[in-house]
Parts: sequence; C-alpha cells; structure tokens
Amino acid sequence: MERIPILKMGPFLLVTIQVDLYDRLALNLENDLITMVSKTGARGVLIDISAVTIVDSFMGRILGNIASMSRIMDAETVVVGMQPAVAITLVELGLTLQGVHTALNVERGMDLLYKKTDVLLDQNQEEEEEAAEQDPE
Amino acid sequence: MITMTKDTMEIVREQDVVPFRNRVKELATKIGMSLVNQTKLITAASELVRNMLKYANGGKVTLELISKAGQSGVRLTFTDKGPGIADIQQAMQDGFSTGRSLGLGLPGTRRLVNEFAISSVVGEGTTVTVTHWKNGR
Repeated sequence: MERIPILKMGPFLLVTIQVDLYDRLALNLENDLITMVSKTGARGVLIDISAVTIVDSFMGRILGNIASMSRIMDAETVVVGMQPAVAITLVELGLTLQGVHTALNVERGMDLLYKKTDVLLDQNQEEEEEAAEQDPE
Repeated sequence: MITMTKDTMEIVREQDVVPFRNRVKELATKIGMSLVNQTKLITAASELVRNMLKYANGGKVTLELISKAGQSGVRLTFTDKGPGIADIQQAMQDGFSTGRSLGLGLPGTRRLVNEFAISSVVGEGTTVTVTHWKNGR
C-alpha cells in the first residue's frame, strides 16, 4: 500500500507530502504519524505541503486532527509551505485551520518548533551541566 | 451560451477522485484560468464528489467547457441517485451536517465558484451544477 514517508530529525518528525492526497492515504498518514510520535517520543511534527495543490475540507480536517492528536501526545505540529492559491481557497471555503501552527517555509517552521517546544532549552541545560561537571570551579 | 466540449465521468470509488480532479484541472488550464481560480474550482469539485461518494455511494459528473458573451468557463454537473436532501436551505448553512464532517461542503463550495445551483428530490437524488468563468467573475 502507498504510504507517505515520515523522517525522524532529532527530536522532530518531518513529513513532505509530494502527491495529491486521496482519503485513504491521508488517513494512513494520520495514523502513522501519531504512532511514530508515540514510538519515538518526538516533541514536534513538521508537515511540508508545498507540493500540495488542493486542500479541501477533508484534508483540512486531517491536518487539524494531526495537530490535536499530537498535542495530546505532547508534540507540537507546524504546517509549512502552503501555496498562496491554497490559502485563498481555504479561507473562502471557511476553513481557517484553527489550532494548527503554520510557517512560510521549512526553515521558519523548524524555528517555530524549537520555540514552541523547549527542546533547545533542554539541550542548553544539558550542555551547561556537562560543562559544570568537567569544570567544577 | 455555447457548449464547446462535453464528457462525463462515473465516480464510484474514492480512487476516482484524483483522476477526476486532474480532468477538471486540464479543462481549466485549457481555457487559461488563473492558478487561484483553478484551485477554487478544483477544491469545489473535490468537495462535491466527496459529498456524492459519502451520501449517495457515488454518481456521475458531466464536465463541460462553455462560452458565453465571449467569455469561457468550466461547468460541472454532479448527479447522484442518493437519498436526496430534505431541507436544502438547512444544508446550505455553514456548520450544518448530517454526517460527521465540518459542514462546510455545500456553503463553502458556493463561495468558491461563480454560479451554483442545487436541486434535490428526497428518495430520488441530488443534482448540483457549478460554473466557474475564466477570469473568476
């Protein structure tokens, strides 16, 4: 069965949707992502939709579901790369993707994920602790 | 009004949706519709076929390229033999759904296209016709 690959990148999961989704594929993605969040303990999920030309109310609901489910599992979701025509259409359709964080591109999305989760903070603390251990004074 | 091309597609399975959307895109591209207008039309079409699959187990779509007063457009007619809609006024309201969706399908679709017509007979079926002109007006 066709599946959308999910990549693990440090504390985050990265998904790039390269095809127009049909329902089964979208539902599989929802399921796979939540399973991966649970399995890897990921703190954030980044979904790149820059290659997606159509987001209808079903697809919008799937994105909202992924965000809500991830949040319950203690992970933040950021959707990045939405095409302008898709944004215009979504708002006219009446779908404002409430509860889903968005960013213009992958780079800004990663920044947002670091800000939303305290991953960077944890790492800094560990580094400080390590430094303190090495140098007791 | 002149019909330039006309063909029909049967939509019976979820897998028929992507080829159908591609066919709509072909027609829209053929008359030089802008990307935003293409996206609106395809999203509207996607909502309507989804309704057809969900409530009527599929149906038939007629795709036409039409011309009126020197302006070209795409007209799509969705015909199903489903249960019909008892209260169309209610079905056209934002947030109303007998299924478990967001209830954006019909009212959202009407906002996305230039012309929208719906007729339904309980127990016989529903017909929805949408038209989108090249320049989106």
